[in-house]
Amino acid sequence: MEATTNLNVMTAKELTRIVLAKEELFILDVRNESDFNDWKIEGESIEIVNIPYFDLLDSVDEALKQIPEGAKVLVVCAKEGSSLFVAEQLMEAGRKGVYYLKGGMKSWSEHLEPVKIGALAGGGTLYQFVRIGKGCLSYMVISDGEAAVIDTLRMTEVFEQFAKDKGALIKHALDTHLHADHISGGRKLAEQTGAAYWLPPKDAGEVTFDYERLEEGRDITVGSTTIRIQPVYSPGHTIGSTSFIVDDQYLLSGDILFIESIGRPDLAGKAEDWVGDLRETLYNRYKGLPQDLIVLPAHFGKITELGEGGRVMTKLSELYHKNPGLNISEEDDFRRTVTENLPPQPNSYQEIRETNMGKRTPSEEEQREMEIGPNRCAVHDK
Amino acid sequence: MKADVMVDTKGMACPMPIVKAKKALDSLGSGQVMEVQSTDKGSVNDFQAWVKQTNHELLGYEEDNGIYKFFVKKI
Repeated sequence: MEATTNLNVMTAKELTRIVLAKEELFILDVRNESDFNDWKIEGESIEIVNIPYFDLLDSVDEALKQIPEGAKVLVVCAKEGSSLFVAEQLMEAGRKGVYYLKGGMKSWSEHLEPVKIGALAGGGTLYQFVRIGKGCLSYMVISDGEAAVIDTLRMTEVFEQFAKDKGALIKHALDTHLHADHISGGRKLAEQTGAAYWLPPKDAGEVTFDYERLEEGRDITVGSTTIRIQPVYSPGHTIGSTSFIVDDQYLLSGDILFIESIGRPDLAGKAEDWVGDLRETLYNRYKGLPQDLIVLPAHFGKITELGEGGRVMTKLSELYHKNPGLNISEEDDFRRTVTENLPPQPNSYQEIRETNMGKRTPSEEEQREMEIGPNRCAVHDK
Repeated sequence: MKADVMVDTKGMACPMPIVKAKKALDSLGSGQVMEVQSTDKGSVNDFQAWVKQTNHELLGYEEDNGIYKFFVKKI
């Protein structure tokens, strides 16, 4: 490949800033059509077109026709190579302000953006980590030099570094359930930091490792000021799904309740069995909780769910007004909604479940491949 | 499968496998067959999409120990 000194590079972090600030950007995605249709970069002020790179090998005229004159252009592909190739030719054709995405969609899929959710009444802070390219959300509770991480992602070094920067030691890594859409970093993080790894026992039937039983009644404290993490058994997405109430203010809802949708019950192949649990959790158990709790889910499905600064959060009472999944009065309708006509399952979801059970140990590269694509954990993610 | 030309792109990253393949295919006559070998997993989807889009014919595809082989007949 030629030297690339004249080309502008954009990192996933810079792209995240542009998406969150709703800045205008024109994206030329040069992956093939099926990959593009399956999963792409989204943003409220982003315009995107797909022309596979192999249609641009002889000439970039087709792309030049579609890219508005004077637009800031980002060329994107799976890894990096083809976007660099196309971006160079756009520059040669006289276009200015042409960037390529460093590390391609792989790096977009792995970028985590930490945002502060708020202060805790007992002292301490709650942070949300937004995996913007894939829609996953993790959390860190920090208080008095100690930290707990909830629904840790595979990129454990991000969490370790963040805790270190805040002068905190990671004491607990918790998973709300056995994930099917991404590989949990919880166990790895616990091993690396000496933290305890917590998992609901009902999801751990087939796991090959030791864990702490995450159950109602076993509250977890962080820091000497005692930030309480209270588990609330909330089955439906999996049979073990457990939510947390943090500091009596926040409801970390895992994959049971999202901002614009609800969890799907079919990823372990038991939709018919678990649909009743899902309804019970959403229509009775959650209804009995204080309605001013701030709901913090483990995923977002659409870019519109991102609020100010990228935060994904809404009051429980508001969700009972607005979320379509919480407003299906007939039980039969509910059953149909969550078992029929669901979106396609996440990429490699069975292999991911087995990896999270410890039954498989794929290489770093294989793990990355398994996670490519959107999360699709919600009923309405179509 | 018997090929008229073999294009070795092992070890090359995207977009080079298709760049090389395209060049080789351009030099073939109608009805001739090209074999491409690649170690880039991404080329599996890309080759299928490219061949379809260019209206040539994908005669076969096989994987052998991390080496992907594509047989393309020029139309």
